[in-house]
Amino acid sequence: MKLRGLRLDSHTSRPLERPIRVVPPPATLVLALDQGSGADALPMVRPGEAVRVGSAVAAASGAAAAVHSPVSGIVREIAARPTSRGASRCIVIDNDGRDDPMATAAPIDWRAMDGSALIECIAAAGTAGLGGAAFPTATKLALARAAGAELLLLNGAECEPWICCDAALMRERAADVVLGAQVMLAAAGAQRCVVAIEDDKPEAIAAVEAAVRAATDARIEVRVLPALFPLGAEGPLVAAVTGREVPHDGWPPQVGVVCQNVGTAAAVARLVQDDRPVMSRVLTVTGSGVQQPANVEACIGTPVGQLVAACGGYTGECARRIAGGSLTGRSIEGDDVPVTKGMNCVLLASDADLPSRGPARPCIRCGDCAAVCPAGLLPQQLHVAARSDDSAALARFGLSACIECGCCDYVCPSAIPLTARFRAARERQHLADLERRRAIEARARYERHQRRLAEQAEAERQAFDTARRRARGADPGDR
Amino acid sequence: MDPGPAQPPYVVAGFSVPRVMFQVLVALVPVLAVQIHLFGMSPLLLVAVAALVAVACEALALHLRHRSVRPCLRDGSVLVTAALLALAVPPTLPLWQLALGVAVAVLLAKHAYGGLGQNPFNPAMVGYAVLLVSFPLEMTRWPAPGGDWDAMTGATALDTLRNGLRQSYTMQEIQAGPAFGHVGAMGGEWINLAALVGGVYLLARRIVRWHIPVAMLAGIAVPAALFHMFDPGAHASASFHLAAGATMLGAFFIATDPVSAATSDRGRLVYGAGIGLLTWIIRTWGGFPDGVAFAVLIMNLAVPLIDRYTVPRIYGHAGQ
Repeated sequence: MKLRGLRLDSHTSRPLERPIRVVPPPATLVLALDQGSGADALPMVRPGEAVRVGSAVAAASGAAAAVHSPVSGIVREIAARPTSRGASRCIVIDNDGRDDPMATAAPIDWRAMDGSALIECIAAAGTAGLGGAAFPTATKLALARAAGAELLLLNGAECEPWICCDAALMRERAADVVLGAQVMLAAAGAQRCVVAIEDDKPEAIAAVEAAVRAATDARIEVRVLPALFPLGAEGPLVAAVTGREVPHDGWPPQVGVVCQNVGTAAAVARLVQDDRPVMSRVLTVTGSGVQQPANVEACIGTPVGQLVAACGGYTGECARRIAGGSLTGRSIEGDDVPVTKGMNCVLLASDADLPSRGPARPCIRCGDCAAVCPAGLLPQQLHVAARSDDSAALARFGLSACIECGCCDYVCPSAIPLTARFRAARERQHLADLERRRAIEARARYERHQRRLAEQAEAERQAFDTARRRARGADPGDR
Repeated sequence: MDPGPAQPPYVVAGFSVPRVMFQVLVALVPVLAVQIHLFGMSPLLLVAVAALVAVACEALALHLRHRSVRPCLRDGSVLVTAALLALAVPPTLPLWQLALGVAVAVLLAKHAYGGLGQNPFNPAMVGYAVLLVSFPLEMTRWPAPGGDWDAMTGATALDTLRNGLRQSYTMQEIQAGPAFGHVGAMGGEWINLAALVGGVYLLARRIVRWHIPVAMLAGIAVPAALFHMFDPGAHASASFHLAAGATMLGAFFIATDPVSAATSDRGRLVYGAGIGLLTWIIRTWGGFPDGVAFAVLIMNLAVPLIDRYTVPRIYGHAGQ
């Protein structure tokens, strides 16, 4: 498949001028049950309960990894709070400032452990995809192990404009990335590891290459990719590195690959070095709306406002706050939205940072969108199908393969909000599928009910007949 | 309707339809310049009248369709239609006939189907076809370049060639006639060169992509070259076909109208090649001075079919 996408200005030079700065833990932390994967973890604490640094406060569930408290303190409440994914349930913890740890930190002897034990360890630490998806790392590794995936693909592509937390992390903690790669190779049972980095990050490439040399591990190699958005998305990345395509209804392990973010690898390294669960992450705070754009390391649950304060405060130009980058991020309101494991960037954008589009005009079928679509779709045709809600055409033109990267919107001369329409069409289809499934189930239930009634009636009749025969047999003289 | 910037992506490149249309108009300037050089100021007059009529018709149609007139007019697409039609007809065409053609193009071919983006047929070519069948005499007489054109209007090189061949003249005899130039038609070859220059500009600015022009030129040149190779006495060479009639204007400006063209890369290759082949067939065996307009309209008809069978392979979906 041809690599398609956009060559964009990365806007990352200013935050990368400074080293990663550590944001002190806030007085109140808000730990979202949905850390960015779209699923809620199960809360394990009650209001009023005391927690310590590293206490598990919510258990893994489906696509949600476990959540741990980064501070010691008291659980104030479990309530809906604004998050980067809308209002969602959060565990609110008042920090007592004492930092009581769970236990003394000790390295884990990971070389002596087998793969499944490592995976359990990674799951218990609440490790989740720090690239943005926040999907549980252990689940992915277990799938890869079961499928016998041969390649661990570490994603350091970081293709989206404004975001540079992975670049900063690779520059400063390349040894952690390599150690994490070694642990995950063991956990997944993979034979080799490719660290994929885009060519606009020469310092990160040099740092990781040096760390690989220092580790003298021949299984790990650095692969330099062209700087192209959205090459850091899983599907395009697998294609760019291996030439294989992830089946549309499958997972990367089916083509022998497991993808992990470089930040996740560094988190795994921390886990085996200090037995620390995931309680903080590196993220980019940037845009013309903040005084000193920087990459920061912040506790999960830190409000966005504290990040801005740690970066010198607002400039007065901030017109919009976005969690994530300018193409796939989510608009957030206010300073209270907490950092989650999936939050890789807070973009405090001025109007000039994000030139707005004009009014939408009719599609002229120019095909510029198809020329940049990384999934090889024809957005101009999907657009027509979505407008008429033609589910057969939507399926034929491959709506399910859309990764919502926004490239089509970016180039559209008619300023049509294509990605938003595709997302809406997908939600409509999802609802229709649910409805259909519900109808089928209801019908099956009704039929079973009818069958049961018939059987019951039959049984009653037979019982009646038998009783009558028996009554006749018992008392033949009655005749 | 428009979810607006509340949803990602929050940033766009800022390309716009008006800018695309403006670039096309800029690319047409060389063609207009050459026509003025060859025929005097009348081509400029035709373009001006066509533009006026087109804007008036568009405003009327938008008003009748209860659309906001100003923003829609501002997209500039109607000016491109007008300019293409004005540059495709002979400069001696009576203005009222041109106005009729423009009105048909804008009102019937464009707005009756729902306006910009909805028309299945290339509006300029619908206008051209209506004019050609309604006023065959006026539409086929081109002035001799540089001369006093009231006195010296004559048949085009393509016409002369076909009629000459039917009357059993040899290719050499025919091509010695006054309608022929160095490679193609007298004068026409310069117009084609100007259109090629404008087309290369459009390619360089990425306003059009290479698929349709290249496929269309190949669709004309390949059969022309083959027939010329085997029977040079009865068939004009590929270079003549490329430099005659509306070949270059058609390849870069008319067939590339994205609204009425096939939409995938592969589809555009098929579409362009079909236009080229039909153009050559109509020129060689048909009864019209040039084949581009009808070739475009016929391939417009085939677009839904082409689009259906040229959907590109989607990521993660093995084979088709």
